[in-house]
Order: sequence, then C-alpha cells, then structure tokens
Amino acid sequence: MAKIKFILNNEMRTVDVEPNETLLDVLRDKMGVKSPKCGCDRGDCGACAVMIDGKSVRSCLVFAIEVNGQEVTTLEGISQPKLTKLQEAFIQFNSFQCGYCAPGVIISATELLNNNPHPDLEEIKEALSGNLCRCTGYQPIFEAIMDVSRKRKK
Amino acid sequence: MAVVHNFEYYKPLKLAETLKLLKKYGDKAKLLAGGTDLAVFIKEGVLFPEAVIDIKHVKELQKLELKKDGLFVGAQASFSDILESANIKKDYLLLWESARSVASVGIRNRATLVGNICSAVPSLDSGPALLCYDAVVHLASTKGEREVPISEWFLAPRRTAMKPDEIVTGVFIPKPKIKNAGCYLKLGRYGGEDLAQAGLGVFVNDKLEYKLAYCAVGPVPKRAAKIEKLLKGKALSTVLIAKAMSLVPEEIAPIADIRSGKEYRIHMCKIMLERGLEVCTERMKGKIIDTLRILGG
Repeated sequence: MAKIKFILNNEMRTVDVEPNETLLDVLRDKMGVKSPKCGCDRGDCGACAVMIDGKSVRSCLVFAIEVNGQEVTTLEGISQPKLTKLQEAFIQFNSFQCGYCAPGVIISATELLNNNPHPDLEEIKEALSGNLCRCTGYQPIFEAIMDVSRKRKK
Repeated sequence: MAVVHNFEYYKPLKLAETLKLLKKYGDKAKLLAGGTDLAVFIKEGVLFPEAVIDIKHVKELQKLELKKDGLFVGAQASFSDILESANIKKDYLLLWESARSVASVGIRNRATLVGNICSAVPSLDSGPALLCYDAVVHLASTKGEREVPISEWFLAPRRTAMKPDEIVTGVFIPKPKIKNAGCYLKLGRYGGEDLAQAGLGVFVNDKLEYKLAYCAVGPVPKRAAKIEKLLKGKALSTVLIAKAMSLVPEEIAPIADIRSGKEYRIHMCKIMLERGLEVCTERMKGKIIDTLRILGG
C-alpha cells in the first residue's frame, strides 16, 4: 500500500492505494467520485474518461499510483461552480438517453473545445471517436457541440 | 473491475536507476510509459510482471527533439505530442499522418510511439512510417548503449530485438535530404477508432526513389522491396502502377480475422498502393490533399 497525493477537482487529496488499483476504481470506490463509468474496461469505450493535467485519458488504463503529484479533473470538477455552456447545450438538445456515456463524452468534448473553439463536424466526430454511445446515434451530441461553437464569439 | 495481479511499482528519476532495476528484474520487469497496452495486458492476464517501472519521470528520456539531421522521438513522447508539432507535420508528414490514425484522442494523449514499437503488434500504425524513414532504435542497458535499424527490429508478433535488461530510450528518424512526399493510408472498418485491417506508408523523393511499407498484413510490418525496385527511377504511369499492383500478393501475407478476410486485404492493399502513389505524386507537385477519407468511410 502506498500513500499518494494529488489534486482532484481543485482539492488536494490523499489516498492509500495498491499499485494494481486503477485510477477508475480508486476514484469510484475510495474517493466517492462516481461520474467515470466502467464500460469496456480496456480503453475502447471512453466511459471512464477523466483529465490528467488537462488532457483526457482512459482512467481504466491508468494505475492510480501514477497520478501522484498530478491534477485529475472529472465531470464533477468541470461542473463546478455551475454547469458549463456545453452541459447546458447537452440538456437543451436531449443529447443523452441512458447517460452512461455522458461523463466521458463531456470530458472529450470539453477538451476539444479547449483546443479548438470552432470545430467542424468532421473534427467533432474525430474527437469523439473514442466515446461509444449506444442510445442516441450521436446526432444530438454533435448538434449540442456545434451549437456551443456557433454561439461562441469568433 | 479489480486487477488480480499485483506488482512492485517503481518510479525512477534517472536512467541509471532504471537500468539497475532492469538488470535486477530482467524479464520479470515491465516498463510503463503510457500504459495503454500494459494495463490491458496485466488486466487480461497476458503479462504478470513482478515489477512495473514507470519511466515518465526519468529525466534523460525526453519527449521530442528536433535536430538538424533528424527527429529524436524520446521514450516519453506520446502520439499527441507528435501531432501537436507543426514541424513534424511539415517535415515528416508520413509520421504525422500515422500518429493521427492511432486509436482516439484519449489513448493518443497517453500512448507513446516507443511503446507502440515495443508492443509490436502486427497492426501498429507507426511501423510503416518508421520503416519508410529508415529509423534507428536507440537502446540502453547497464552494459552500454546500442542502436538497431528499424528493419531489424520486428521479429514476430509482439517480439522485437530488445533484450530483457534493455530500455528503448528513443527512435531517431533521419531527416530526408531532398524534396519528398509521403502519406499513410489506413484501412479500417469505419472512420474513427479502429485497428488497421491494412496500413500502407508511401514515400517518394525527387530522385524517384520509392519507399513502401505495409502493416497488419503479415506477422510484422515490412517494406515492399520488390515493388520499390520495380518503381525505382521511373515516373509513374498507369501501366507501371498496374504492374506494381500485380506484385502486391508477393509482398504481403495477410490472415483472415475478425476485422476482414484475407482476399479483401490483398485486394485493398492493391487499391491502397495505387491511391497512395497518386497522393504522393500530387503532393510532390505541391497540392494539399487530406488522406482521411481517401479510402472512403
């Protein structure tokens, strides 16, 4: 067991972990952060996406012990102090049904808009190609992101 | 899902420390950079390392270094690092395009090019680019350093020329000396994240020297030497391209698997050769072409 210390959603946190515990399991089971979901558990589906130092990663493929000293942001962190424009657009466009993929999709879309404020449809599809959604057919998700892009000042 | 196998975790800050650990543990240690392969291998019971050595904080293993005579891709360089470099896009477009085709953003942010060639699965996207650029793999161990040409690196699926006590410190890609063009074409079942059904790197320069390398259609990625020889010094024509396409079945040895049949792979490798050569010819003339949808999808 090793003690690790890292910033989780703007708060310094300390937790004891075994080397083989994934970041996903530690966040969910030891730290009460439930937005990252376990889908495929092998990096294909994107349901477990979180950010490490501002870049999206698959938390099922990261051992928690690796993030010692780094900054981890989950959907809970992105939603503080209030929902972002992107999240509001997702609500407006009914972009989710079951919601299982939602946290991962929002992480990926947030990263995209941080790097590229006005992506075209092809760029959005590429950025979300690692997030599987089995309900919506993706269309309302793309529409929400396009809407945020359009409303942003050029 | 909990991971059953447990291991000792090390986070060395210096290369010397890393090499000592490798000497101590040998093949019972696994190096961890991005972990996008290693974590899966450990989870799914493919690997049971006693020690996992995290090399992300080793000072000497830098990310990318653009030198006058070439590009050094250090062991810590992720595919996203490669994609974010405008210089790489300008001078090493074939490498840049292959990096773009790897998995998805969340994987590319973490996965490294060096890890890709160490995992050495037959479908690795970085293989054709490195083969076309005649890259050199740099290794280190407590015994010293050595270099292995990429053409001698891949031995079999998931097997490379690396010894158990060695680490790949990086890959050097010599800068092509004269005007050139390149492209990487990846055939997947759909646009977006998928492993390659077939991949082809094409490189041509002003002297009409052609370099071609396939991946995912044989046990290891490999140059298409017979076709290169046929094309050498010749300007492309419909007849010449048709002749080159007819040689494709001699150059590759695809299997049938969940992603596609053998015959389909052979057929598409011919089409990819034709389109790849066309793209490079146009790029030599200065035309800007995006290869993303060149195979449809």
